[in-house]
Amino acid sequence: MLITCPYCGPRDVSEFAYQGDGNRTRPDPASTDPEAWNAYVYDRLNPAGLHNEIWQHAGGCRAHLAVVRDTLTHEISSVRFAREHGAPAHGRRKPGAKA
Amino acid sequence: MAEYSAFSLLKNALSGNRDWKPAWRKPSPKASYDVVIIGGGGHGLSTAYYLAKEFGITNVAVLEKGYLGSGNVGRNTTAVRSNYLLPQNTRFYEHSMKMWENLSHDLNYNVMFSQRGVLNLAHTPGQLDDLARKGNAMRHLGVDAELMTPAEIGRRVPGLDMSQQARFPIYGGLMQERAGTARHDAVAWGYARGADRRGVDIIENCEVTGFLRDGDRVTGVSTSRGEIRARKVAVAVAGSTGRVMQLAGIDRMPIESHVLQAFVSESLKPFLDTVLTFGMGHFYVGQSDKGGLVYGGDLDGYNSYAQRGSLPIVEEVMSEMLALFPSLAPVRVLRSWGGVCDMSMDGSPIITTGPLPGMYLNCGWCYGGFKATPASGFCFAHTIAKDAPHEFNAPFTLDRFSRGTVIDDKGQGPTPRMH
Repeated sequence: MLITCPYCGPRDVSEFAYQGDGNRTRPDPASTDPEAWNAYVYDRLNPAGLHNEIWQHAGGCRAHLAVVRDTLTHEISSVRFAREHGAPAHGRRKPGAKA
Repeated sequence: MAEYSAFSLLKNALSGNRDWKPAWRKPSPKASYDVVIIGGGGHGLSTAYYLAKEFGITNVAVLEKGYLGSGNVGRNTTAVRSNYLLPQNTRFYEHSMKMWENLSHDLNYNVMFSQRGVLNLAHTPGQLDDLARKGNAMRHLGVDAELMTPAEIGRRVPGLDMSQQARFPIYGGLMQERAGTARHDAVAWGYARGADRRGVDIIENCEVTGFLRDGDRVTGVSTSRGEIRARKVAVAVAGSTGRVMQLAGIDRMPIESHVLQAFVSESLKPFLDTVLTFGMGHFYVGQSDKGGLVYGGDLDGYNSYAQRGSLPIVEEVMSEMLALFPSLAPVRVLRSWGGVCDMSMDGSPIITTGPLPGMYLNCGWCYGGFKATPASGFCFAHTIAKDAPHEFNAPFTLDRFSRGTVIDDKGQGPTPRMH
């Protein structure tokens, strides 16, 4: 399987570290809602088909990537920098945003 | 249907083997059953068998999307063991081991259970200490375990590279002598025949396409062969758990589906009479009665429903084999395949009532489901029949994650690909 890193180009899957389900958002660290934390830590979308997932180009530019991959065919339909994808985690700014 | 025996073998041999009957019927689905089990793999079939045999519930259907034995029950590397650290796991798998020891007689079907031992190797003193701790935990619960020195291992497994020049020199190992292997297809066929003889309908080529609901309650399933109503619907679909639960409207589960590859080499003369696991990676190997080496390693490492694997893991598995047995370098691989594993968040299974009323769930086997087949079926049947878990599966709940009672044998945390 090849993943096309937006920075490095197409590279072999063995250069990448898998970080799993990209649909989860970490609750606000100040949150004391056990259900929200349980869902974040333990519950996964596990679709047979298109899957949003996070990879890191650990053996390359080390960027975190938001990848859409088909879990039935391993076909990759989209690779973007994770920082440009979705809302930033609680307590973090969007890149380039003023403090 | 006749009992299998030396006499029946001889009689049929003399009559040209023309009078054998099929081992199970091919019935059409009825409109309703007391229990419908989704998934005709090892666990679904053994659940049906024990429902009929132990709990007297025979109005049961097992629905299989493909043909019997086409899923993980025919794709695993056949090892059977009960060498766990945590008591919840040890008790459950040891119960399974005791059932394996009498399974061929119980089923009147030879599952070729062979107690040839499973030996975990240690390659550092720290790892050996860890194995000693596990062995002591096992012996504390009455399970056999024996620490072996390098000299003993060298005598037991002559092909191993025991030298200090080995890539990872061997410091010792933990042996469970009662562990071993079984013929996986025979397990599926034996349970299917046993369930069928007690009146269970085994319906192949019958894919579940949805659940029939009355409010929250599950009242049956719609299938590619029509609607089937049932008082109780049991789900035992391993790697397809995500897909089937989605049909019931449950999107998120503490499960990820991953692909695990397995390999068989060309036939060799007998040289390995135990099952061996490597400690400096993830690798295990046994030799089948036909002579082929049956071996495997790690998951491919990312979510997959494809029953095939990728090349980086092939390379890793082969290199791990050669680190242990340099002499196997010229041996050719005969075939390889992949199976989809339902990896749970703590590496332990789920056998429980719910999560919806009328539904029962059996999943989360990671890559250790085959050895659990008898106990899983027995405990799941108990759970279905009595609407309460057996003491052996009481810890394997679905809500243990939110309640903080996870059973993480490896201490790995909620990263399923690492279990």
